[in-house]
Amino acid sequence: MLYKRLLNIGLALITISAVLLGCAPETEETGGTEEIEEVVIGVYEPMTGAQAAGGVQTMQGVDLAYAEKDEVLGVPVRMVLVDNRGDKAESATAMTRLIEQENAIAVVGSYGSSNSMAGGEVSEAAGIPVMGCSPTNPLVTEGKDYYFRACFIDPFQGRVMAKYATEQGFDKVAIIQNISQDYSVGLAAFFKQSWIELTGSDEGIVSETSYQDGDQDFTAQLSDIGDAQAIFAPGYYGDAALLMKQAREMGFTGLFMGTDAWEAPELVEIAGDAAEGAVFSSHYSAEAATTPASAPFVEAFEAEYGEKPSAMAALGYDAYMLVIDAIERAGSFDPEDIRDAMAATENFEGVTGYITINETGDAVKDAVVLEVRDGAFKYISTVSP
Amino acid sequence: MSFDSFLQNLANGISLGSLYALIAIGYTMVYGILRLINFAHGDLVMLGSYFAFYGVSMFFLPWWAAFIFAVALTAGVGVVMEKVAYRPLRDFPRINLFTAAVAVSFLLENLAIVIFGGRPNAFSRPAFMDKMLNIGSVTFVSYTPIIIAVSLVLFVGLILIINHTKAGTAMRALSKDIETTGLMGVNTNKIIMFAFMLGSSLAAVGGILWAIKFPQINPLMGVMPGLKAFVAAVLGGIGNVGGAMIGGLLLGVVEIMLVAFFPSLSGYRDAFSYAILILLLLFRPTGIMGEVQPEKV
Repeated sequence: MLYKRLLNIGLALITISAVLLGCAPETEETGGTEEIEEVVIGVYEPMTGAQAAGGVQTMQGVDLAYAEKDEVLGVPVRMVLVDNRGDKAESATAMTRLIEQENAIAVVGSYGSSNSMAGGEVSEAAGIPVMGCSPTNPLVTEGKDYYFRACFIDPFQGRVMAKYATEQGFDKVAIIQNISQDYSVGLAAFFKQSWIELTGSDEGIVSETSYQDGDQDFTAQLSDIGDAQAIFAPGYYGDAALLMKQAREMGFTGLFMGTDAWEAPELVEIAGDAAEGAVFSSHYSAEAATTPASAPFVEAFEAEYGEKPSAMAALGYDAYMLVIDAIERAGSFDPEDIRDAMAATENFEGVTGYITINETGDAVKDAVVLEVRDGAFKYISTVSP
Repeated sequence: MSFDSFLQNLANGISLGSLYALIAIGYTMVYGILRLINFAHGDLVMLGSYFAFYGVSMFFLPWWAAFIFAVALTAGVGVVMEKVAYRPLRDFPRINLFTAAVAVSFLLENLAIVIFGGRPNAFSRPAFMDKMLNIGSVTFVSYTPIIIAVSLVLFVGLILIINHTKAGTAMRALSKDIETTGLMGVNTNKIIMFAFMLGSSLAAVGGILWAIKFPQINPLMGVMPGLKAFVAAVLGGIGNVGGAMIGGLLLGVVEIMLVAFFPSLSGYRDAFSYAILILLLLFRPTGIMGEVQPEKV
């Protein structure tokens, strides 16, 4: 009995000391910043799963930025990447891990609006500032004090493509959306809204259908489009590639239109010839440099990876640099101060353009329109808000 | 809807349904013998397509050799899976086997992510499967009749094996009572291993055909077909091979037709398919072809 009691007391002591040690924040030392050994900047991105290409491309940019700037205010930065698998529940878990276990003072991420919205709930409650790289749905930052982003939002992107469609003289367009992704549902709605504003009615939208995450058969949706001249399919690259292939197999000869989530090499690898001629909006093209920082970035990127940077990579680079910039301007590692500095970002010289964070936490930027030509993404035009 | 587009949708539905059916018959056969819902069956589908993909892209095998290589390798994985994860648990409560199946499924998925990488790969079709065909106003690609034919041939082959070979007779006996069959001089381990080999091969063929129809492969691609095949097997009466075939075809056609007839409800496709499943099971708990089996004591 005595032995058992001693054991219990011992276990209790161990538990208490572990809790005390574990809770002690790294920044609590009294002497200010000098005694801090490192600060953690968290990153959460889909490195596996259906959105993996987006996460991997983003990380190319983030890694490059980290290699260039691995200390801030004289303290080394430790970057921690957690895979969110392109899944809402995993995204919330990833954010929790970054904040509670890794003690991240700021976070970068994530590709995929639904992922960002799930992660945002956690960071908001914990009061940790997040800089989104490419989540474009308005709801990512709406009503959130701690979520910002380096990219434009979907009402603008939807308008860009609706305008493109009307300029081509189309009067019959079909919309196919992924109903499991906030990104896709939002864009389909914004496209339709802009279409109605531009043409005066929704008559030109001849078919609106949906599919879900994991669906690979789109033949039924495609059989509904009739004689549409174009299909607007704001889903992720993998779905879009299969959809294009099946549409061509069913004899569709019109134009495929999409949005920034199409920008992945997999789109062309999987769809092959079916993707040829497809048009989509995105954030950035290495062919259309916008700021003095753009050219050195493209050079450094090519030296490192042997290819031109994608929009996701460029945004990943900018998002990390925006976090560093905010910490420097705040002159502190306190998440509250970093948040305030982020919100006050003005005319930051990013590689994707000059970034000013507005009152909703978003960047107002130009969009580019790209076309698939000979298996590569070619720049067509720039559209300003 | 015009009659032409009805025929087009029917062709699309049968093509999708015969893939569900092919995966479902392997699923249901293993269940019939061991009363084990092998959750890893969908992941064998994924492995089959990856092995074929690497056979072509890494070892530069001609497509037919790559397919044979993939089927053989997947069958091997199925046999190892049975030996390592399921056989030691066979005499324990069924929930242990069930849990082991879930574990094997996660293990295969995560191993695949580590080994094959998380990004999707493009699966290239043999040229003769990539031709456009027209019959009247119905347009389809040449893989469609091939998928349907392969599914039918394998289904008939499996029925013949089950009903007209010694191993098949032993399998049917095992499904009634494993212990007694063992006492009758049947090597039960060997027969169960054979069943897993057959089931995994069917999964591999399903995976290859799946990748031909939807030429994008990724480590989690087996989850959805596995789930749908399970539904098809239950719909047809789990444990019944003919039922799985009918269940698979039915599920494919219903899924396509629901969207084709009600485009505005297309986002709720799965909700409708599962509602039909629930309704059917309410009125016919054993599925379409299932028989009521007395509880074993």
